Amino acid sequence: MKIGVFVCHCGENIGKTVDCVAVAERASKIPGVSYSIDNKYMCSDPGQNVIKNAIKDKKLNAVVVASCSPHMHEKTFRKACADAGINKYLCEISNIREQCSWVHDNVADATDKAVDLVRIAVEKVKRNIPLTAIRVPVTKRTLVIGGGISGIQSALDIANAGFEVVLVEKEPSIGGHMSQLSETFPTLDCSQCILTPRMVEVYQHPKIKLLTYSEVEKVEGFIGNFTATIRKKARSIDEEKCTGCGLCIQKCPIKKKALNEFEEGLATRPAVYVPFPQAVPNIPVIDRSVCTYYLTGKCKMCLKVCGREAILFDQEDQLITEEVGSIVIATGYKLYTIDKKPEDSVIKGYGEYGYGKYKDVIDGLQFERIASASGPTNGEILRPSDKTQPKKIVFIQCVGSRDEQKGFSYCSKICCMYTAKHAMLYKHKVHDGEAYVFYMDIRAGGKMYEEFVRRAIEEDDVKYIRGRVSKIYEQNGKYIVKGEDTIAGMPVVIDADMVVLATAMVAQPNASKLAQAIGVPYDKYGFYQEVHPKLRPVEVSTAGVFLAGACQSPKDIPESVSMASAAAAKALVLFGSEYLEREPTVAVVNETNCAGCFYCLKVCPYNAVEKKEIKNKNGDIIKIIAHVNAGLCQGCGTCNATCPSKSVELIGFNDEQIYAEINAFA
Amino acid sequence: MKIGYYPGCSLTGTGKEYDISLRKVLALLDVDVEEIRDWCCCGATSAHATNHLLSIALPARNLLLAQQQNLNELFAPCAACYSRLICAKHEITTDAKLKEKVEFVLEEEFNSSTEIINIVQLFQKIGKEKIASQIKVNLKGIKAACYYGCLLVRPHDITKFDDVEEPSLMEDILSVTGVGTVKWNYKTECCGGAHSIARKDIVTFLSKNILDDAKRNGADVIVVACPMCHSNLDMRQRAIKKEYNQHEEMPILYLSELIGVAFGLSSKQLGIDLHFVDASGLLQTVKAEL
Repeated sequence: MKIGVFVCHCGENIGKTVDCVAVAERASKIPGVSYSIDNKYMCSDPGQNVIKNAIKDKKLNAVVVASCSPHMHEKTFRKACADAGINKYLCEISNIREQCSWVHDNVADATDKAVDLVRIAVEKVKRNIPLTAIRVPVTKRTLVIGGGISGIQSALDIANAGFEVVLVEKEPSIGGHMSQLSETFPTLDCSQCILTPRMVEVYQHPKIKLLTYSEVEKVEGFIGNFTATIRKKARSIDEEKCTGCGLCIQKCPIKKKALNEFEEGLATRPAVYVPFPQAVPNIPVIDRSVCTYYLTGKCKMCLKVCGREAILFDQEDQLITEEVGSIVIATGYKLYTIDKKPEDSVIKGYGEYGYGKYKDVIDGLQFERIASASGPTNGEILRPSDKTQPKKIVFIQCVGSRDEQKGFSYCSKICCMYTAKHAMLYKHKVHDGEAYVFYMDIRAGGKMYEEFVRRAIEEDDVKYIRGRVSKIYEQNGKYIVKGEDTIAGMPVVIDADMVVLATAMVAQPNASKLAQAIGVPYDKYGFYQEVHPKLRPVEVSTAGVFLAGACQSPKDIPESVSMASAAAAKALVLFGSEYLEREPTVAVVNETNCAGCFYCLKVCPYNAVEKKEIKNKNGDIIKIIAHVNAGLCQGCGTCNATCPSKSVELIGFNDEQIYAEINAFA
Repeated sequence: MKIGYYPGCSLTGTGKEYDISLRKVLALLDVDVEEIRDWCCCGATSAHATNHLLSIALPARNLLLAQQQNLNELFAPCAACYSRLICAKHEITTDAKLKEKVEFVLEEEFNSSTEIINIVQLFQKIGKEKIASQIKVNLKGIKAACYYGCLLVRPHDITKFDDVEEPSLMEDILSVTGVGTVKWNYKTECCGGAHSIARKDIVTFLSKNILDDAKRNGADVIVVACPMCHSNLDMRQRAIKKEYNQHEEMPILYLSELIGVAFGLSSKQLGIDLHFVDASGLLQTVKAEL
């Protein structure tokens, strides 16, 4: 084997602490090394040409580049080697920057260490074998989970590029939280007016298969080849026959038993219902928990009035499987409700604000419904308790957010803006009313955001008080809000008619369940974890799965839509070719040796290890062993290290190679 | 049942009715009260406003005395004493440097396993069944506002007692006596505490708010578990009357006193006759012994 060693100065980054000329000189004496040279910038074009030319001229068949971390330039140098005609896996990087020059200051010692590091890489590369990338076929179809604005945007982007999308929404209609909003900041355009055309577009799009009232139960497979199992919950309505005439809804005798989820509990709905008039699809659902027929066996009023015989009382949940190549998760958020403290939550509750106890202490989404023209008050600002117009209203920000004592450490990001919007909408509708906002800081970063908040303060005369509220209690029909004005240094008492709490945005309650079903990491709050917060914000560690919207962290609409388009673009990248190339450095099980203890299965962070049955000629199972799915394996080596019988080999990092590296150093 | 007893200064002075009624009631409930010998100040107000080490070392000394008397549980009826004792123990066990200092001052090692309990916890331990067995007078006619004050539940991370914003365990105990308890808003508001001496205006204002809210919500008596709260709410009603005309007096009773009334004990036996605001009208409504 003829090995070439190329030592990079990285300007002064390495050259200042490591004598690169000496390293090249001493490296040439290592057995197996037939050529070595240093260069000021090995990653530059001329630097790469030094490698390419040396491979050709000196007939090298393996290369060691002593430079920065392989995270930086392994790709660059391997490509240079491949261009010059040697297998790229015969190029090894010796990190003499992050692990040497940057952390030492004695030139002589650092130089000695750099030589050691080069020797290690030389011993490894001697044992490298040429590898070829794994090619996996791609199913050019995407599963989008969640039909809020993020899911809708991703689905439309992918479908408009000409690829099929399966859009799964757990509620009876798509639209998500955005469909509940009255007007949106900072332009005050009507939320429904800008959203519903997109919802209709989704419904009519030939490339989008819409599954509402459905939930993803299981996802198997790997990038390019996922199989999703989706539970289509029983609507008790025949979707083919139903025309959405709404007669069943009108005639349903159950009118007040169920709280209307879409109206955030501020109204009731019949047992058979569509969430809101513009619902997509416009097909009702029967809520079996309140429907008289399911409870007593009598009624069937809906069936009697339905001219299309579309009522299916016996309909059952259906399990549907869909083959897809990529997945976009856009499951959104939940607003933190603070009346009862969930047992296993970090939340300690805000009993002192009386939310859940006082009808006129409401949360942000409830205010959206009250301010919405399609809401329970037809857009008139009225108190839920007695339907009178509140003349004094208090908004409290950061309820649950930025509160380590009682809630979450993080900032929910959108509350400063929506509170300013709420106060503005209130002032626009109640001209003689007074609006107060208790805030900690006003975080209005975004295009036209700060201007929007200033408008609320300066043009609409919303009174902003910096400080927290300690307590709210009812007295003679008023809500006494006791707080602190930290700028004036004085306690404040406001006798309000209504209080709106800007409660925190939290992860969906079942976020972790879905994460486990797909293999997506999540943070301590339940938000899904991206690979890199800056450079890979929409990807997760499971290849082929992307994130969009507030399931990753609190976000407003513009940000969710941008992220949704980014996720769509990432999903589309996969569809650019018929096959996907994957790193061949994956684990392989020695089937003869494997005893089937499945320690590897337990430790694999990517769910890449599966059980494989070994059968004899007669088809009888003779043993069950571990098998690594090369599509899922990320080559981390955990299984390799765990295997008690040394039956797992990590290609490119096998025991022989690793021990050779250790011996080279010892 | 034997329990360590730390009366503190109030219960030997302004709040001696609390001590009197407690001893009577606990005797009927077969609780053997063993007072700590040679106890000293708990470190409240003056000490913890001026010297942190002193405010920790004083209660630590009392805890050590309890330990020497082999008392596993120490009952501190006064909310301020309860707070000082439990906070001092918490601080010493979580701060090694402070522990060293305290041990240096006390010239003794501090390894207290004594559990500190307040009056509500003591009644909880005794149990509602046991309390019910002694009831002679049904107090159904009385509507009480249970007042916890600031120190009984706070700081919650240390006391880990009841709900910090909406406590309800006192109401739970009283339910066996037949007393109706009202829902009100000032359960845990400040009464002004020790400002009673230097800033009477603050205390009259704060106490008035508490009394008004109790009244507004239909209470005819406020039940307290702290001698400081009691003295502010009871003694300052005259000052409130002077400052704000239109103040109607409302009797203030200790939790132990109201339970004592249900046990058929007389006002005199319980020390109720020592209060500034006369409670005889209230007690007549349930035909209690006066």
